[in-house]
Amino acid sequence: MTDEQSTALSVEGLTVIGRPSDVEIISDVSVGVERGRILGLVGESGSGKTTLGLSLLAHCKRATEITRGRLVVAGHDLTDLDERGVRELRGRAVAYIPQSPASALNPALRLGVQLAEALHDSTRTKADATARVREVLREVALPDDDAFLRRYPHQLSGGQQQRVAIAMAFVGRPDVIVLDEPTTGLDVTTQKHVLETIRAMTRDYGTAGVYISHDMAVVADLADEIAVMYRGRIVEHGGAQEVLSAPEHPYTRKLLAAVPLLRTSGHEDPGEGPEPLLRVSGLAAGYGRTRVLENIDVSVSPGECVALLGESGSGKTTLSRSLAGLHHEFTGEVLFDGDRLATSSYRRTAEQRRRIQYVFQNPYEALNPRKRVRDQILGPYRHLVGRPADADDVVAEALEKAALPASYADRYPEQLSGGERQRVCIARAVATRPDMLICDEITSALDVSVQSEIVALLRGLQDEGMALLFVTHNIALVSNIAERVAILQGGRVAEQGTVGQIMSAPEHGYTRALIADTPDFEPAAAIES
Amino acid sequence: MSRLIAVRLFFGALTLWAVSLVVFAATQALPGDAALQILGRDATPERVEALRQQLSLNDPVAVQYMQWLQGVVQGDLGTSFSNRQPVAEFLAEPVMNSLILMGWSALVATPIALSVGAFSALRRDRSFDHTASMGTLVIASIPEFVVGILLILLLGPGGLDLFPSVYAREGGIDQWILPVLTLSLAVAPPIVRMMRATMIEVLESEYVQQARLKGMSERTVLLRHAAPNAIGPVAQVVALQLAWLAGGVVAIEFLFNFPGVGKVLMDAIENRDVPLIQASVLLIAGVYIVVNLIADVIGLAANPKVRVANR
Repeated sequence: MTDEQSTALSVEGLTVIGRPSDVEIISDVSVGVERGRILGLVGESGSGKTTLGLSLLAHCKRATEITRGRLVVAGHDLTDLDERGVRELRGRAVAYIPQSPASALNPALRLGVQLAEALHDSTRTKADATARVREVLREVALPDDDAFLRRYPHQLSGGQQQRVAIAMAFVGRPDVIVLDEPTTGLDVTTQKHVLETIRAMTRDYGTAGVYISHDMAVVADLADEIAVMYRGRIVEHGGAQEVLSAPEHPYTRKLLAAVPLLRTSGHEDPGEGPEPLLRVSGLAAGYGRTRVLENIDVSVSPGECVALLGESGSGKTTLSRSLAGLHHEFTGEVLFDGDRLATSSYRRTAEQRRRIQYVFQNPYEALNPRKRVRDQILGPYRHLVGRPADADDVVAEALEKAALPASYADRYPEQLSGGERQRVCIARAVATRPDMLICDEITSALDVSVQSEIVALLRGLQDEGMALLFVTHNIALVSNIAERVAILQGGRVAEQGTVGQIMSAPEHGYTRALIADTPDFEPAAAIES
Repeated sequence: MSRLIAVRLFFGALTLWAVSLVVFAATQALPGDAALQILGRDATPERVEALRQQLSLNDPVAVQYMQWLQGVVQGDLGTSFSNRQPVAEFLAEPVMNSLILMGWSALVATPIALSVGAFSALRRDRSFDHTASMGTLVIASIPEFVVGILLILLLGPGGLDLFPSVYAREGGIDQWILPVLTLSLAVAPPIVRMMRATMIEVLESEYVQQARLKGMSERTVLLRHAAPNAIGPVAQVVALQLAWLAGGVVAIEFLFNFPGVGKVLMDAIENRDVPLIQASVLLIAGVYIVVNLIADVIGLAANPKVRVANR
């Protein structure tokens, strides 16, 4: 086989700049992928990995431009072609699977239309095209009947939407496929199935895959080769095993170290903790006639971290919102420090509200964009504690607890990175010196490397006696941060116990599946050296 | 979806009833006495009293309202005080004229406004976009009758003398042009702006990017992927603007001396012709409500979530 045939994608010296500032977003990137193999492209937000992924289809976001380099896909240099020529190749030579299929599938079009049009091939008859669409739907394990083709995206689950996106990319039998974090937002079981599908499809079709992700664990599971991106450049590139076992660049080492490992042994038994601060018994909640939670018993002691683990739809956010008083359609007993908490936060005392604070999932939406950090922190303080004697002192102390410099007080949210925003959210929560923090998936919108910093921060707070209720879908994270865990499935506690018990000897089938479906990621000994 | 539409219909009827109350109350509050106005110089206390009896003006207000409402529900809008004709008969022709005027304005303004808006979004931050944005801002900030006067000065007999500026019964089709143009200019700017904003949002969406990455032609991207998602929000604004036309015609008809419902309303107010005022205002409100209802239905129909869920 000649080089021409085996190499599906070859990029040389590709540079993309932003207009009008002329800043290089990606600089001088050279990389190649052979047919049937997958290249993992790893880096954190802002490293340019999505820009690179899009430029592989000769697509540039608004105000960006490819200025240099060669981009050869299946023998065609995309940088030489005009718009029409590029369009002809998209979907057939190179296809794209988006990060969030929920927003990348057109809400107003039926699935059949969206799938068939991806096969823009004038030589095909309509029946022929539909037959091909059905074939590819079967390959991604989706129904292929007419009723399914007539559905709209909103009628599918997240996993099904991602399968449709995969089918849409493979329907034209592309030579190269670009996958932009396609499993973000999926729970581990769905993620595992999606990854298996991607693996099988690239193998069967002989397609070269470029898998973009910030999560080393997923990439380690899937990729044959790994390229690490940092500030728009590829800083390390090699076989997956080499990069994972002997990372050369310090940044690669940092990324590897940040991945929370699923620890199934070596947990200390926390023993009998002090008297629980929060004790929930027989809690049931719902929205109108829809029941979401049934018979929940959970307790949290001071200085303890209890994890609520479950996938989307398991009711974990409803539970944490109920405890915070944000959702009041619930029954059952919630005792906080011996006193019964009212269902609605309006009927709780200011003191009770001060002592339980909440950190939201998405730091990009949880901060008022028109207020400075200082005012974000002082808002709840003034409301729950009163006018501070020295406002600067309160702000500085809160920022310090969240490991942010005091100078951040005058910034607006847009001047902060995602991790910094989440730190501000934490600073806002701890400013009133609460006894308990409810953290609702607070790292799921953040990069793995930022996640590890936030987790370290929470540990510090916990050591000072803070009780934590840590809501997450990430079992690996739970095995590293929590003392005890309650596993939620379909609105009920499937299993509950110390992390040591649950991780080493899971009893419930669901817990076992969660542990089995989490990507195996063995860190190399090299990282520790 | 039919249930949602039924709910909207119910609220439409409710609104109309509320309007009837307000209209009735407002006509009661009008200064002057209808009987005095009708009799004019012939008014003697006896004759005024007799006429008041005849017009049931001495009954309690609530009784008057109930009688009027009963008539309206049965399609009887009462009899005009000033010319003794049944209101329904008298209004037929002006209403038709007004509806035609509104219809033409809508037909002219909507497609042009939508195209200009969509094209501005495509040419974002280029000269076409800036020009359109400036133009709509200027036109939107001038009251519609001033726009009308400017058009008369420019295109009417005093200016380029292209079109007649006053409607005459025996005039040709060209006398419609200036009123239609004025109304079109008055309704277009918000539609242009909304269309531009919605299209920009839709064009920046991931599903449009995905369509481009699938190799769709720009035409398919626009017509199949972008437009259906822009219809819902834009239909609301189009409807608001067209509904505004129902009231907006009043000043414009007066300006061009156009024999429509607006002109009738002006005359009726002058004459204290209470039944005519009530009927005209109720009709204008009715048009307003119906147009909004249509927009709601279009908005619902453009949303597959609603369309599918209620099947």
